[in-house]
Amino acid sequence: MNVLRVLGGIVVHGIERLGRGTMFLYEVVAGSWVLVPRFYLVIQQVFAVGVLTLLIILVSGLFVGLVLGLQGYNTLIKFGAEDSLGLLVALSLVRELGPVVTALLFAGRAGSALTAEIGLMKATEQLAGMEMMAVNPLTRVIAPRFIAGVIAMPLLAAMFSAIGVMGGQMVGVGLLGVDSGAFWSQMQNGVDFHEDILNGVVKSFVFGIVISGIAVFEGYDAVPTSEGVASATNRTVVYSSLAVLGLDFIMTALMFGGI
Amino acid sequence: MIGRKAVEVWVGVFVAAGILALGVLAFRVGNLTSADVVNGYHIEARFDNVGSLKVKSPVTIAGVRVGRVSEIRFDPDTYQALVEMNIDGRYKNLPTDTGASILTSGLLGEQYIELEPGGADTYLKDGSRIKVTQSAMVLEKLIGRVLTMFIDKPPEKK
Repeated sequence: MNVLRVLGGIVVHGIERLGRGTMFLYEVVAGSWVLVPRFYLVIQQVFAVGVLTLLIILVSGLFVGLVLGLQGYNTLIKFGAEDSLGLLVALSLVRELGPVVTALLFAGRAGSALTAEIGLMKATEQLAGMEMMAVNPLTRVIAPRFIAGVIAMPLLAAMFSAIGVMGGQMVGVGLLGVDSGAFWSQMQNGVDFHEDILNGVVKSFVFGIVISGIAVFEGYDAVPTSEGVASATNRTVVYSSLAVLGLDFIMTALMFGGI
Repeated sequence: MIGRKAVEVWVGVFVAAGILALGVLAFRVGNLTSADVVNGYHIEARFDNVGSLKVKSPVTIAGVRVGRVSEIRFDPDTYQALVEMNIDGRYKNLPTDTGASILTSGLLGEQYIELEPGGADTYLKDGSRIKVTQSAMVLEKLIGRVLTMFIDKPPEKK
């Protein structure tokens, strides 16, 4: 009996948090119109979550591209199909690795920072202080961070894919001697703008919404102590990574799986 | 703390780089530029077997791409495949006795349609039909034919 009660408690608690999170995000988005004359707040946050994440994204993208080039070449050469290396690298990056790896890195680098910052503001009663001064912290603090995350994520994913293709080209054409013309022409014949690239952008956009939403909600909902902020940061990374991987499967099935 | 102007410049650079990366993906990696059948007109051809020909497969003359396959469907009256091609408007003067054959690029590569212009004085118009066609080479049938050839006439031993 007790086991059932604990199980029920976990499920009810989970659903309750999901509901609170959704209503919180609705309030944030609905109140975000006040940012129109104060757009600088958003720009500041794009700097924090986007520009400062740029380095790790570019370096990872380059190395993922390099490794894809090497591994793909070694597999394709067995079938004498090494001319398709460009297609393999570009499709893997644009469809899957670009959005997903960027989202995981983004959750670790920017999402955790957002949660920690907001959680600490709550713990040190800065949010309560704003409310005392009749400033709504949802629109002043939370909304710019959420919107900045949604803006930055697709741009980061696009840069990841682009630099990954460069990396694949470096290894394939520069190091392993795949014909440069075949590399690019096979890629351009096989990669469709709507089917592949736009779907990748849609994926990264959805990941941006999910990660930023989880990050700001966990920060705002954190228990206002040092342990509370620490476990909220922890939860942000775990939940957003799991959400990204699960949503990726669903979106891939809908976009490419023909279901 | 970094100044307001510097933040704005950096964010500007960031957004510009992101849009540039999207542009690279669209034009260099993707095929946004090669959707280039302009003022196309449609011609059709019947084949006994289209093999693995697909919609958007290239149509070439002398190896140069002049259009793309726009539709493939089964014709229940003749039990043949009806292939519709969209040919670029620049190539209007294809003779009516042009032949079409389905070829494969490389041994196991993609299939495409090669048009061979004939010598007639009249030209194909929108909706015309190509009469002389040659079907796709199906590897299994070819192997089967070679095998039966060997069985009928066994190779002589040296």
